[in-house]
Amino acid sequence: MSNSAVETDSHAAHGPELLHHFVTAEQQRNTASLAMWLFLATEVMFFGGMFCAYLIYRYWYYNEFAAGSRSLNIWLGTVNTVVLIGSSLTVALGVRAAQMGKRKLLVVLLLLTLLLGLVFLGVKGVEWHDKYVEHHIPGASFSVADLVREYPQLHIDQSHAQIFFSLYFAMTGMHALHMVIGVGLFIYLTIKAWKGTYGPQYYTPVELGGLYWHFVDIIWIYLFPLLYLIDRKPLK
Amino acid sequence: MHEEAHVMSTRMYYGIWITLMVLTVVTAAVSFIDLGPFNTVVALCIATVKALLVVLFFMHVKYASEKLTKLVIASAIFFLILLLSLSMIDYLTRYLA
Repeated sequence: MSNSAVETDSHAAHGPELLHHFVTAEQQRNTASLAMWLFLATEVMFFGGMFCAYLIYRYWYYNEFAAGSRSLNIWLGTVNTVVLIGSSLTVALGVRAAQMGKRKLLVVLLLLTLLLGLVFLGVKGVEWHDKYVEHHIPGASFSVADLVREYPQLHIDQSHAQIFFSLYFAMTGMHALHMVIGVGLFIYLTIKAWKGTYGPQYYTPVELGGLYWHFVDIIWIYLFPLLYLIDRKPLK
Repeated sequence: MHEEAHVMSTRMYYGIWITLMVLTVVTAAVSFIDLGPFNTVVALCIATVKALLVVLFFMHVKYASEKLTKLVIASAIFFLILLLSLSMIDYLTRYLA
């Protein structure tokens, strides 16, 4: 049968990673990448809802947002931005290592990414603990008496300040949840990379994991100025 | 169309990374200077430049993506802007009368 002859030929032409309904490895890669981008588009909408709520309340309660922003630790926020952008570099270099078939380099870069991701989460934990100590976590023991004392010229309303901190915890919390999921994904990728699954012919999971990691980085690139840098200029 | 993926040089990755680092320090430093309403504008412009650098180079959209992928990205940004701008048009104009 001529069909089976074609089948045998196409098997000989490529490795087992190319699925039968794709013509080339490139087509298979592009299809997977497009699906990942569609997922990321839904993620844009998911975070978009929170950014929209943020925008409206920031417009209504600007003074409380300014005071709340000042109470965040700008140094830890900046360090975390540097850490996360550094992890994006290691991911980008990791995808490149996979494309070139450098297995050990890929594993090292994935481990570095994991380390930086965990450092980010650790710093975030320290910041949240500071907020806990300061009674800035929305709920029964919430109090911004310290901010009212510190910034009398802003005429802070406690319930409006609670909205800022609710959004702060919702947005950084959802971002951190995405980081935790990313860490899980990258542990999986590291194990598979160590076993030699990825190479120039097949590195789609590394590429897609990378897209996810960069996306989470971009969310933080916006969260950093929107939460930490609302109003840092000297108060009159 | 070629089989092998587009592999970018490490020099470019490091260049993008250094630019992102510099922009991070600049945005944090500028926030302490009083620019009036332009503090927010500058912060958001820097964030957008950083996001664009990550999307175009780290996420390979500039050199190795299909037109369809670019369309998905553009429509995601379009609908985000629609969500934010139409909401704000409402809230910003509620008490004009």
